[in-house]
Amino acid sequence: MTATRTLTVEAARFGYGGRTVIDGLDLRVPPGRVTVIVGANACGKSTLLRGMARLLAPERGAVLLDGKDIHRTPTRQVALALGLLPQSPAAPEGIAVADLVARGRNPHHSLLSRWTRADDAAVARAMEATGVLELADRPVDELSGGQRQRVWIAMALAQETDVLLLDEPTTYLDVTHQVEVLDLLTDLNHDRGTTVVMVLHDLNLAARYADHLVAVKDGALYATGDAAEVVTARTVADVFGLRAEVIEDPVSGAPLVLPLGRHRTLRRQGVSLTKR
Amino acid sequence: MSTRPLVWLPACVLLVAVAAALSVMLGARTVSPGDALAALVHGEDGSLARAAVRQRVPRTGLALLVGAALGTAGAVMQGLTRNPLADPGILGVNAGAALAVVCGIAYLGISTPGQYVWLAVAGAGAAAALVYVIGSRGRGGATPVKLALVGTMVTAALSSLVSAVLLPRLDVVNTFRFWQIGGVGGASADGILQVLPLLAAGFVLSLASARGLNALALGDDLAAGLGERVARTRLSAAAGAVLLCGAATAAAGPIGFVGLVVPHTVRLLTGPDNRWVLPLSALTGAALVTLADVTGRLVARPGDMEVGIVTAVIGAPVFIAVARQQKVREL
Amino acid sequence: MSPSSVALVRRGRLRRIRRRRTVVAGLTVLLAVLFVTSLCVGHTVYPPYDALRVVLGDTVPGASFTVGRLRLPRVLTGALAGFAFGLAGATFQTLLRNMLASPDVIGISSGASAAAVFAIVVLGLGGTPVFLIAVPAGLAVALVIYLLTYRQGVLGVRLVLVGIGVGALLNSVVSYLLLRAPAWEVQEAMRWLTGSLGSAFWDGVGPLATGVLPLSAVLLLAGRSLTALQLGDDSARALGTRVGTSRLVLVLCAVGLTSLATATTGPIAFVAFLSGPVAHRLTGGNGSPLLPAALTGAALVLTADLIGQFAFDTRFPVGVVTGALGAPCLLWLLVRSRRTQGAL
Repeated sequence: MTATRTLTVEAARFGYGGRTVIDGLDLRVPPGRVTVIVGANACGKSTLLRGMARLLAPERGAVLLDGKDIHRTPTRQVALALGLLPQSPAAPEGIAVADLVARGRNPHHSLLSRWTRADDAAVARAMEATGVLELADRPVDELSGGQRQRVWIAMALAQETDVLLLDEPTTYLDVTHQVEVLDLLTDLNHDRGTTVVMVLHDLNLAARYADHLVAVKDGALYATGDAAEVVTARTVADVFGLRAEVIEDPVSGAPLVLPLGRHRTLRRQGVSLTKR
Repeated sequence: MSTRPLVWLPACVLLVAVAAALSVMLGARTVSPGDALAALVHGEDGSLARAAVRQRVPRTGLALLVGAALGTAGAVMQGLTRNPLADPGILGVNAGAALAVVCGIAYLGISTPGQYVWLAVAGAGAAAALVYVIGSRGRGGATPVKLALVGTMVTAALSSLVSAVLLPRLDVVNTFRFWQIGGVGGASADGILQVLPLLAAGFVLSLASARGLNALALGDDLAAGLGERVARTRLSAAAGAVLLCGAATAAAGPIGFVGLVVPHTVRLLTGPDNRWVLPLSALTGAALVTLADVTGRLVARPGDMEVGIVTAVIGAPVFIAVARQQKVREL
Repeated sequence: MSPSSVALVRRGRLRRIRRRRTVVAGLTVLLAVLFVTSLCVGHTVYPPYDALRVVLGDTVPGASFTVGRLRLPRVLTGALAGFAFGLAGATFQTLLRNMLASPDVIGISSGASAAAVFAIVVLGLGGTPVFLIAVPAGLAVALVIYLLTYRQGVLGVRLVLVGIGVGALLNSVVSYLLLRAPAWEVQEAMRWLTGSLGSAFWDGVGPLATGVLPLSAVLLLAGRSLTALQLGDDSARALGTRVGTSRLVLVLCAVGLTSLATATTGPIAFVAFLSGPVAHRLTGGNGSPLLPAALTGAALVLTADLIGQFAFDTRFPVGVVTGALGAPCLLWLLVRSRRTQGAL
């Protein structure tokens, strides 16, 4: 599978019932890369992702998948190319893990078509990739938060799309599981060439895992590009309203943000540790 | 803020007085204010007008008492459960009282109101406890939606049981079916005297817990932190509310929505301080039930429409409005 | 990926499908047994052979009247109404992701009930015209509830609360109309307060069946989109479901079924509410909950009607029995359900 799908947002305006959240936004998602959207609370980053996943129709402008407006394309056809993990999906009571993952095959079936061996194979592949195969027959209700999140990702994988959008896939997870989920998505991107677009809260994890970082402020793009270009003390101050030092992460080489609070800083504020 | 209740207190008293006056004057036969006053002061003189007035007095008294009881009980329940949708009707309390009364009539041979008042109170208490215990299970405790749903389900189940007890005894059905809707048409001075002690006790307990309810409004933990004995406050307030509901239901049948509508209206006027909300709810409730009874008499003249129906017609839209206003998070 | 993991996935899936099929088959058999039993048992007991001959159109002295004219329409009405209630209840519960959000709780059936009572008591109608009034009224009330709920999308909990309010209002209208009815019959009143099969005759079966069968077919076919909607609107759309259209179809069918059944038998308490959760326990929550729930509903009504008619000295209407059965079931479900909190 080589990802050549292009997803672009053109002069889009998104809002909820008269309240405009995003206006005139342009964005090109680089195919086959991991794109991470960051920004302060209520800056419109989730709205942008929802718009890109056709959950929210633009009031103006368009979202194009391979040059075609996704809001005018039959939704099932879009679902064959673009998968989504929403922020808080609901698992039906008592459903087995394998059955939930199998729901990801939904767009591949019409009203009367039968389940095939290929569907079983896709489900097994998704479960193997996310390491939930041994949980196959367990009810989803009984799983821990980290396991459950992997099951949801497996469901999105079973959809076998070239583009995968995720809205804060690490929320409610402890730090171990956060890293685990992000590693899994990186594997997916490397192995299958899947284009990954996700919203993340944690700026440091975003900087580490993003090939392409998108910083959103007040419903507009503030900066896009390499993590090293985007994450600077200046951007952090402007986008998050946070004074911070940015140093090089000794583990990954990506930028690392160290917030400057009013207390507990060794040196007088404004004095840099390491210039970037 | 603190002066506002002082303005509303006389206004509410006036409203009650007007409602009571209308209640003795209006009905199948309309009586002029002068005649009504004469009838009240001098007693009957053989004229139909005065007879009508004398006949309407116990009915008015009962409507006032029941309204005050339900208004107060509603305010206490809303404070106690921190739940804006709490109401004796919604929470299954009325159905509990009804089932207990019917069982008493059918199996224990109970016939006088004095006896079934106690049954009604017991039934109301049991149903309230049941709904609350089931409704507070699970995450988030007793959320409005859970309590409302559980209350509705328990009401449905208890109503079926009432039917099951009643059906083999068709003679009881006819008296009971009128009681079941809620009305004050059959009021008598004796009947009122029998529920009066219970109502009085209920009022005392409820009003005494007003300050405690203010603390509980901040949450159990914070209330305890402020030095409030949470369990005791809850128990006495709940006992007060159950006494009021049970006695009111025994006397007039289940009347819904008064306990819901009244405290909300009062809070709009006075703010959330329960030391004002409770007494003003009593006054406003009294006025509302009395006016509802008058309305029922006028709408269905020369017969009358039961108070329970009128209050449901007025109250349900308010319930819906409150439900619509609730923030998503609170539900 | 190894072939063994495909086999593992496949094995589990087939096992769960088998369990579901077994449950559906078992419920169908149970329903058939209840059906025949209800035809045979009564003041005069007929052997099953005679009852079946009557059903097939043979003339059997005595049985032709009792079974053919009295019992068969009653049993058919009960089964159809139960099927409709079960199906509609499970649809609402699944759609709103809330066990307690069945159409009888959230005021949908009270609209049909109030309209039917109005048509009978005030307009003096009977038979099919009652239907023609009750069904649109049920839909209208559902629409009103929907519009009152609509504010930046429809929220489950708000819908439930608004429904409870509307239901309470309409129920008091029913009570009022019944109290004012010139000829107040206990039987008739019970039908509209708790639901009864006491006045189920042939003239009602035709309209009920013509409505229930096509609507049920549509709902059962739409089961796939229902299972997608179970995952939440966003997930459902991401999986290629047309959320708005699907939900509209599902809700319209469910409201239609509720109204049809209510217009015939009155709001039989708890059937819509209980069928879904009971079926869920049986199947373990695999696949679409609709068909098992519908069969459970039909079986529940027939069982309750048998109990109501023959278990006591007095004949109780079916709704009183389901209501009385419903109370302990409700408690059991609420206490047992691990995820009641999640569903609320």
